[in-house]
Amino acid sequence: MLDSISSSTSPIVEIRGLTRKFGDKVALNDLSLVVPRGGVFGLIGGNGAGKTTLIKHILGMLKAQQGSVHVFGLDPVQDPVGTLGRIGYLSEERDLPDWMRVGELIRYTQAFFPNWDESYAEELRQSFDLDKKARIKTLSRGQRARAGLLVALAHRPELLVLDEPSSGLDPVVRRDILCAIIRTIADEGRTVLFSSHLLDEVERVADRVAIIHHGQIMLTASMEEIKEQHRRVTLRFEQSLDHPPELIGSISSSGHGKEWTYVCNTEMSQLRNAAEAIGATVVEEAALTLDEIFISHIL
Amino acid sequence: MQIHITTSDGVPIYQQVVNQIKFLIASGRLMTGDELPPIRVLAAQLLINPNTVARAYRELETAGIVEKRRTAGTYVSEQGSPLARRERVKILAERIDTLLAEAIHMGVSIDDVMKLVQQRHEAIQSARNEE
Repeated sequence: MLDSISSSTSPIVEIRGLTRKFGDKVALNDLSLVVPRGGVFGLIGGNGAGKTTLIKHILGMLKAQQGSVHVFGLDPVQDPVGTLGRIGYLSEERDLPDWMRVGELIRYTQAFFPNWDESYAEELRQSFDLDKKARIKTLSRGQRARAGLLVALAHRPELLVLDEPSSGLDPVVRRDILCAIIRTIADEGRTVLFSSHLLDEVERVADRVAIIHHGQIMLTASMEEIKEQHRRVTLRFEQSLDHPPELIGSISSSGHGKEWTYVCNTEMSQLRNAAEAIGATVVEEAALTLDEIFISHIL
Repeated sequence: MQIHITTSDGVPIYQQVVNQIKFLIASGRLMTGDELPPIRVLAAQLLINPNTVARAYRELETAGIVEKRRTAGTYVSEQGSPLARRERVKILAERIDTLLAEAIHMGVSIDDVMKLVQQRHEAIQSARNEE
């Protein structure tokens, strides 16, 4: 076996053929996903796409009905100690024990993690301006998120999982969260997996992206590949058309009359040839924002 | 070092960093021998992935615009290099193209644009002399 050699490069998360149903509703549909070690992995999808259900499987909070889930090469349901101790997690609801004070929350969480870094925790507490004596239930939304982030980060986890970390937060707290993500991966070898529908943030910090829709992965690639491969091209035809003709690699199209605009996932040279073949010329071509790419894939 | 990142026009972020550092050098706000911020520092400041900053620095290094020194750190190269000069011409050419496009739309002739450029140059010169 090559286990000892491959372990350093083996993926952090490996999901194969995962299907999950809640009653009749299919939440995840034969989904496969690999999150490599190191860097920031952005999971993007609309509401109800399956992001949170997928994350709950990674954390071992849900058992795979079909398919398999491995984190650090282990099954998180069968080996919670071997996996959860190495993961830092911030949930969308930031479910923290309301009755505790901030100082108690820190000491309580510390007890679960042998790697807890007390000076880092204190540094975060001060920079987040969290009062040790404040009760969790009295904290503002932003301070609550910061407290959740502190306890997710202070044991310097190999894998940091953030589920919609920015939802409902003001720009100052969002900035803290992005900074925490950047700091986490600046340390060699650590990995961040975060789900978001704020694509501006994903575009800024993610190395790799997966688009999830209706419980399936529509696309997964490095941010660089995604940005380089997707282009918006406008074609001009000699005659007015009611419908845009088929174009190789096009994901969506819009327009009217003689000019039609396509979002494409093809090499530019190939595209020019394809355009010529249907009697059109490329009159404009432009890069796309991640937002535009996302929408073209799910519509 | 003032760099502004936007995700609203589709230009890759590393390209924005490259373009803006080139601009800062060409416009004299970064001088030969100035040190660029360390990758981590710039990443945290701009809220972007450190690998993106690293890629931008690599591109600038390949183009001969910055150089890595043994003491670790990235510095602006000697500006007399032909590459830097070519870069300045390129930046100016892009701006002139924009100006000419606007002039055409406004129906202003090239001769009038040239005259206006000369006038503005003189205005700037006299303002400088008064300082």
